[in-house]
Amino acid sequence: MEPIHLHKIDYTILLAYVAFVIGIGWTLARYMKTSADFLTSARSIPTWVTGLAFMAANLGALELVGMAASGAKYGIIQANFYWVGAIPAMIFLAVFMMPFYYGSKARSVPEYLKMRFDERVRALNSVAFAVMTIFASGISMNALAKLLNQLLGWDYNFALLICSGVVLLYVLKGGLTSAIYTEVLQFFMIVLGFAPVVYLGLKDVGGWHAMNHSLQAVAVNPSALYLKDAGISYAPDAWTSAWQPVLAGPAHNTMGIDVFALVFGLGFVLSFGYWCTNFLVVQRAMAAKNMTAARNTPLIAAVPKMFFPFLVIVPGMIAVALASTPDKNYRLPLPVIAQANYDQAVAAVKSANPADPGASVKAVGEALGKKDAPIKVAPDKIASLVAANAANKLSDDQIKLGLNNSIAENYYDGVILSLVKRYCPPGLFGLALTALLASFMSGMAGNVTAFNTVFTYDLYQAYFVKGKSDHHYFITGKVITVVGIILSMGAAYFASMYDNAMDIIQLVFAFVNAPLFATFLLGMFWKRTTGTGAFLGLFGGIAGSTVFHALTIATGNVPGVKGAYLWNILGHEVPASCKFPSEMAQNFWLASFAFIVCFTLTVVISLATARTKSDAELKGLVYSLTPKIVDNNIPIYQKPAVVGIVLLIVCVILNFIFW
Amino acid sequence: MGLDIRWPIGLMFSLIGALLVVFGLAKADQSVVLGRNINLIWGIVLLVFGVLMLLGAMRGGKNPPSA
Repeated sequence: MEPIHLHKIDYTILLAYVAFVIGIGWTLARYMKTSADFLTSARSIPTWVTGLAFMAANLGALELVGMAASGAKYGIIQANFYWVGAIPAMIFLAVFMMPFYYGSKARSVPEYLKMRFDERVRALNSVAFAVMTIFASGISMNALAKLLNQLLGWDYNFALLICSGVVLLYVLKGGLTSAIYTEVLQFFMIVLGFAPVVYLGLKDVGGWHAMNHSLQAVAVNPSALYLKDAGISYAPDAWTSAWQPVLAGPAHNTMGIDVFALVFGLGFVLSFGYWCTNFLVVQRAMAAKNMTAARNTPLIAAVPKMFFPFLVIVPGMIAVALASTPDKNYRLPLPVIAQANYDQAVAAVKSANPADPGASVKAVGEALGKKDAPIKVAPDKIASLVAANAANKLSDDQIKLGLNNSIAENYYDGVILSLVKRYCPPGLFGLALTALLASFMSGMAGNVTAFNTVFTYDLYQAYFVKGKSDHHYFITGKVITVVGIILSMGAAYFASMYDNAMDIIQLVFAFVNAPLFATFLLGMFWKRTTGTGAFLGLFGGIAGSTVFHALTIATGNVPGVKGAYLWNILGHEVPASCKFPSEMAQNFWLASFAFIVCFTLTVVISLATARTKSDAELKGLVYSLTPKIVDNNIPIYQKPAVVGIVLLIVCVILNFIFW
Repeated sequence: MGLDIRWPIGLMFSLIGALLVVFGLAKADQSVVLGRNINLIWGIVLLVFGVLMLLGAMRGGKNPPSA
């Protein structure tokens, strides 16, 4: 990607945003008097704000970039991540679980676990969560610094420092409330920043139906756009239909998944595991003014969430439709290649032997990429390039052009930016870019504030320094904000240095998240669950994830970080029963397995151990021991159960429309 | 918590909207995409949104005490 020239108007918009978020932080500073104010917002935030923040906290830029990338790679089937993989869980959290989180007066999710079980379960959850949020924050910052480096030519270290500095300024002053308010600001920025791109994109391809028409042609021959390897072909609805390709089987949809993996693995285990237990989002609901507000928070968030696919996934589909129409003069983004690699590849072309096309393809691929990770190139185009050079000594620039034309893979993460560049004139470009930057920074702020609360209350106050005045913990919260940001920067460097770092971090997230929901489900709805059962079940679930990953792999991947390394150690080939059609299938099945292991272990061990808490102690923490909430004095359209049902129906209707 | 978030949101989008409208009028040739002056159009949309937010903030919501 060539560096972009920003105009004054673009910088002005960016600066305005930065000024406002810092201003919000500084204005809130005077209201920060207790540790509860700073770390948990002391239950004072209006419902519409907590609702939007609940959704926005999860809306990091990785999601924006990633959803557009997946929209291009997979099509509307990606919307299942929202319609199956988020909405049901959010509704369940609102109606059934918030009463326990909010009613228990726990200040964090780990604290609820301590009240329900014991310190061991709390410790396991808070340590795992603390580590994960720092890495999540670091990943966000790394992606942002890389983007600024590629797009604007800023030095990576400089970009990282500046962005961390901005986040530090507003979070240090205003705590969680700053993070929540800026998340709402970010939400509107994203919607208003990207809506024009979607509008203009749809106009460009000739409308929704014209786009679908193009995508149907693509589905039959995806290798023409390098979306899949040669020889793969799908039914025409592969990019435009959300369910039928899944029901037809793993070989018939772009993601390579089956229905069970989608519904149980994603829709139940991963989805509920994240939305119902992850403190990053639950924290926003816990900041609400009262019980009804807390229960309505996830429901309010579910409304925009349901329609977000049209904002973030559709751009990817638009890009594919554009690329398939030759007169639109658009190609899906090329992988980012350094000048040094181009030089190497040009040299490889010049020294290639026209009589041995296989060798030149290999040499060029490795020169553009790396020895063990070559860039895919089209053999016929390389052959003609080498022949042309042998005949007429082409210039370096001509060879580079020829190389670009022969690259046979796409850089999907570049899709959203390529559309922004295509459609946004100066002014609107600044808006879209600021929206992107805003979501990266919010990703860091949200994770740092969640880390802060868990570290200060669930680790520091619980284990290290107990019984001090509230002011002591207030100051601790401030200190940990700084520490959290520094650690995030460290995590960012880690992610940037090792190619596999992202993969490893995502793996750890998956291992820890997958079994979590089993623990919470049993804890909240079965009073017989004991602390020992929960602890060993959770531990066993994480161990189960690790073992499952060590034994399985997706077809086409090399054993190692991607899985199946146990077979390598044992000196065996990976058996066919341990191979999955795609990484996504492997992930969903891993989650299902971990959940079942955790659930079974927890039940069995709970039955075998004695309860440590009496019924009275568990009142308000378990379903059967908590008085039912009677929603009599609120109007029917505010009753969580009613709203939940309505939202589910709308979600089902959406699924039908895109069947 | 002491600050009605509608104020900063309203102010910021009104400001950005106004900037885009001015830019769209002043540099109309740079602002046209697919036949429309998108800076002007979207600037007006943002301005309207910002003003609506400010109106909401000025009417002032009430924050009931926590239950």
